[in-house]
Amino acid sequence: MKIGLVCPYTWDTPGGVRSHVADLALTLQEHGHKVSVLAPVDDPAGLPPWVVDGGRAVAVPYNGAVARMNFGVKAANTVRRWVRDGEFDVLHIHEPLAPGLSLLACWVARGPIVATWHSSHVRSRMLSAGYYIAQTAMEKVRGSIAVSEDARRTLVAHVGGDAVLIPNGVRVAAFASDGRLPQISTGHPTILFLGRIDEPRKGLDVLLDALPSIMAQVPNIRVYVAGPGDLGDQHEHLHPALAEVVTFLGRVSDEDKARALRSVDLYVAPHTGGESFGIVLIEAMAAETAVLASDLPAFRRVLEDGKSGALFVNEDSSDLAAQAVRLLGDSAAREQLVAAGRTRVREFDWDVVVDDVIAVYESVGMPGEKVTTDIRGQIVGRLGIRPVS
Amino acid sequence: MMWLVIVLAVLLVVLGLYLSMTAGRIDRLHQRIETSTLALDAHLLRRSSIAIELATAGVLDPASSLLIADAAHVARTSADLDPVLKAQAESELTAALDAALDDPEETAEIEVTELGSELLDELDAAFRRVQLSRRFRNDAVRACRQVRSQFLVRIFRLAGHTTWPQTWEMDDTMPQGLSER
Repeated sequence: MKIGLVCPYTWDTPGGVRSHVADLALTLQEHGHKVSVLAPVDDPAGLPPWVVDGGRAVAVPYNGAVARMNFGVKAANTVRRWVRDGEFDVLHIHEPLAPGLSLLACWVARGPIVATWHSSHVRSRMLSAGYYIAQTAMEKVRGSIAVSEDARRTLVAHVGGDAVLIPNGVRVAAFASDGRLPQISTGHPTILFLGRIDEPRKGLDVLLDALPSIMAQVPNIRVYVAGPGDLGDQHEHLHPALAEVVTFLGRVSDEDKARALRSVDLYVAPHTGGESFGIVLIEAMAAETAVLASDLPAFRRVLEDGKSGALFVNEDSSDLAAQAVRLLGDSAAREQLVAAGRTRVREFDWDVVVDDVIAVYESVGMPGEKVTTDIRGQIVGRLGIRPVS
Repeated sequence: MMWLVIVLAVLLVVLGLYLSMTAGRIDRLHQRIETSTLALDAHLLRRSSIAIELATAGVLDPASSLLIADAAHVARTSADLDPVLKAQAESELTAALDAALDDPEETAEIEVTELGSELLDELDAAFRRVQLSRRFRNDAVRACRQVRSQFLVRIFRLAGHTTWPQTWEMDDTMPQGLSER
């Protein structure tokens, strides 16, 4: 099959949706399909041949976070040309209502279109303001996939319509291989935090607040923080006593993320909300690292209510500290979590999950049908104006 | 007086644009139902073909073979029938397959042979695609009905003389022996 994937967020910044699209693209290619990914790109150097430059992204506030996306007439024409020249059997749009390449792709294409919903926190205000646009775009989507029960519920409640539940995949083999991150100490008990350090929802503050009481019982603890964000700001707020045990690694590549996970004793996910799935927990389990996470509904589900990873009360630093101290001092308990996690991740291996995605692709179109460009139904089309190509 | 004319003219243009765009939406939704019906038909046909292959491959007991072959034959030749009768024939094929393949222990025995395991894999895949395409088709019907029941759409008869879209109701539950392999 010839498959076109659209990622609304910039290819240069690591993120949940972007990684999902990259992993799906790689796995589909391993299964013998031809894949082209359209995404905003800031730096075209070193782009894999199957990624098409969808233009430069700008930072815009969207859905409670800052997202890097692109839009406008130029972007619309890029999408149109990509769809026209791609001759895809299926167009797979991710986060279809993200106001960027994804929404544009919904507008300019027709034919077998599949959409995947990632976010569980689509603000209803935005949806009601753009209800007509959203409906018109969504009506073209022939098959919807939701990556989690929360994402599915959001779709059903706010947009209407049905979605097939296909969980996020993880390329398990990529996380399970060897290699450590040299910056991470081997002689201390270690904790890792992953995620943007200046985004409150990722919960770095919850972890830092718990640190003094962890240090009281595990004095030689080392905490590593990997993720983009404004470092200076965090350093200023950091108590000098904490600064000694906390190391900021900055933004890390996917390979280094896997290495970092493999190098630590405990991965802590103190997210306070806005997570619909928790792919990072699966990655940690695939890297065979013990997980301690806040008890968000999505995290509870992934960790099977504490069976394959420990939980603490969301936003409760003292509970986090107590659980972290318990796990750091009990290697048998960590081993048990790792073993349960190893079994759990098999369900999320892209190699297995991709079959479900292909079943959806094959269920949305007539045999031999292709994706084409669509200008009907839009004012420009009705007035007879043809876009320049 | 003049401003009243202008306001009315603007309102009319806006109404016209809205109606024209909504007519476009309805047209698109009808096409979506049509293509998803064709996709569903293709997968139903695939399912009944594999059922016939399974029945004639000699991997099942004679009674099950006969039952499935008969139901699959009726389902295959029901293409020109009224949709309700066609859906009924497909549901009966599901029932026949369920009767033969409801026990995971029995399907494990069929899987012993290479041919048997291959056919069950194919039947599994076809079954899943029937479920998905039926689900997607019914979702298209739901979206279409939603637009068609809007006040302005009914008043201006934007849907023309097309019939009210119907969902495709049939039993497509996978036999336990197939889903729990």
